[in-house]
Amino acid sequence: MANLWTRCNNCRHIIYKQDILENLSVCPACNFHFRLSALDRLRMLLDEGQYNLIDQNIFPVDPLGFEDSVKYSKRLEESKNRTSLADAVLNAEGTLGGIPVIISAMEFGFMGGSMGSIVGEKITRAAEKVLRERLSLIIVSCSGGARMQEGALSLMQLMKTSSAVAKLNEAGLPFISVLTDPTTGGVTASFAMLGDINIAEPNALIGFAGPRVIEQTIKEKLPKGFQSSEFLLRHGMLDDIVERKNLRPYLIRALRLLLNRPQ
Amino acid sequence: MKEEKDFYKLEKKIVLFKEEIEKIQSSEEKDKKTKITRLQREIEREWAEISPSLTPLNIVQMARHPQRPYTLDYIDYLSEDFMELHGDRRAADDPAIVAGFGFYRGRTAAFIGHQKGRTTRKRIERNFGQANPEGYRKALRVMKLAEKFHFPVITLIDTPGAYPGIQAEERGQAEAIACNLKEISQLKVPVVNVVIGEGGSGGALAIGVGDAILMLEYSFYSVISPEGCAAILWKDQRAVAKAAENLKIRAQDLMDLGIIDKIIPEPPGGAHIDSQQTFKNVDKELNLTLKRLERKTPEERLEERYRRFREIGVFIEK
Repeated sequence: MANLWTRCNNCRHIIYKQDILENLSVCPACNFHFRLSALDRLRMLLDEGQYNLIDQNIFPVDPLGFEDSVKYSKRLEESKNRTSLADAVLNAEGTLGGIPVIISAMEFGFMGGSMGSIVGEKITRAAEKVLRERLSLIIVSCSGGARMQEGALSLMQLMKTSSAVAKLNEAGLPFISVLTDPTTGGVTASFAMLGDINIAEPNALIGFAGPRVIEQTIKEKLPKGFQSSEFLLRHGMLDDIVERKNLRPYLIRALRLLLNRPQ
Repeated sequence: MKEEKDFYKLEKKIVLFKEEIEKIQSSEEKDKKTKITRLQREIEREWAEISPSLTPLNIVQMARHPQRPYTLDYIDYLSEDFMELHGDRRAADDPAIVAGFGFYRGRTAAFIGHQKGRTTRKRIERNFGQANPEGYRKALRVMKLAEKFHFPVITLIDTPGAYPGIQAEERGQAEAIACNLKEISQLKVPVVNVVIGEGGSGGALAIGVGDAILMLEYSFYSVISPEGCAAILWKDQRAVAKAAENLKIRAQDLMDLGIIDKIIPEPPGGAHIDSQQTFKNVDKELNLTLKRLERKTPEERLEERYRRFREIGVFIEK
């Protein structure tokens, strides 16, 4: 029966699990935003929870023959079994308030949402489809950064994805970047910071360097709230912080404003 | 586990030969030329023995060698009348990145590179070549200036990575890097990158992409430092050599992965043993690459630049 109840990581309250799920995975007691799977994210955002997955025909490989304590190929296999996904992002087409959009939603459960060849390729394909069909792009980031196991191939995905979203500028097509907990490293240093509008869920960890790396470098304790959404908003890196329950209406409003082009 | 040989131990004999050459050069001896040639032969022979078995970690040590030529040394050789420009026009001037204009074989070019210091004091002043957001923003400002005047951009890459500090995060380290990538992808003038030492992750990438990436033979370009990777994946600093090996960070690896365009050979012993020869080799490839790029229209370059990165990545398509 223990499974019916869970403890909130933040306020330590014991809460009936169903209550959290019905509240979009947000703690009813303290408003803590739990991590969402990519699939739940798509269901939550798109009209009537209707999504059509695209770019499902590409699969990761182990290009470098990378092996630490575990082989990369084995890590891929394990992540696939755990999440039922091929890699750390899902691309979907659907509508938001009737507006046709492409959403790329990242999956932290798949190797920390890390970006290797597949994530780079899928973000690029999403942007290119938006460009071709004159749609709007929404990327929901949730990632520890570039995937070490694909070495410099991962690093170059930063340039590949940034170049792809840059093309939307000239075409005048909207790109809204939604940063969720956590978004760090190479994902923040590429497409996630390049939205026409950048927003984040409350209290998400967002940054370039990880907090531990910074602490080791400067040899001091980090101030409270460092690299939180609120910190980023204060320093001018975000347009707003949007609670999960308001995310869908926010995106619809923003798209309506941006797409209302003068005739 | 095979014991990892330190590069400084491996190069001992070569360093002695080099010191002897320098001594002879500044002396009044007769037969200087013959003696120097003989010593150079010795260096070549020694290098032919050492170089085939250099490990990736040895190459990392070479790329970080304190005597290795730095950005300003290259600029000094390549460019006439280099005029350094300062500041990002937002907040500060970052000494970890130098940027400016100089003549390169007749034309004006923008030179931008990470700069490390040679003495302890200078190293600290240059923040060990780790840039803050202001550095990347200065670099971008000078790239846009180059675009305004139709000058090519030459970047020199040599950084352990973007600086991981509190103020760097406050002022948008990630945004600065991302913004550079986006802007470089749209820049109308030729952009050539030369990796001369350490190509450390996003901090290198922010000025390390363009129409062509050239890499010195014993430089490296990596998604994370071997030390960082060892700490995260092996949770053991002794795994640095293994991390360096697994990450595939050598010029030849990047060539095989289709990421870079050309490997620039280094003289026997490495760039720090004969910097003049290194400069000549860089000059030669840089000149050829620029000429090739300048023959194209801006539209062609932009299309090819996009394709170039668009095609990087390995996966199965069904």
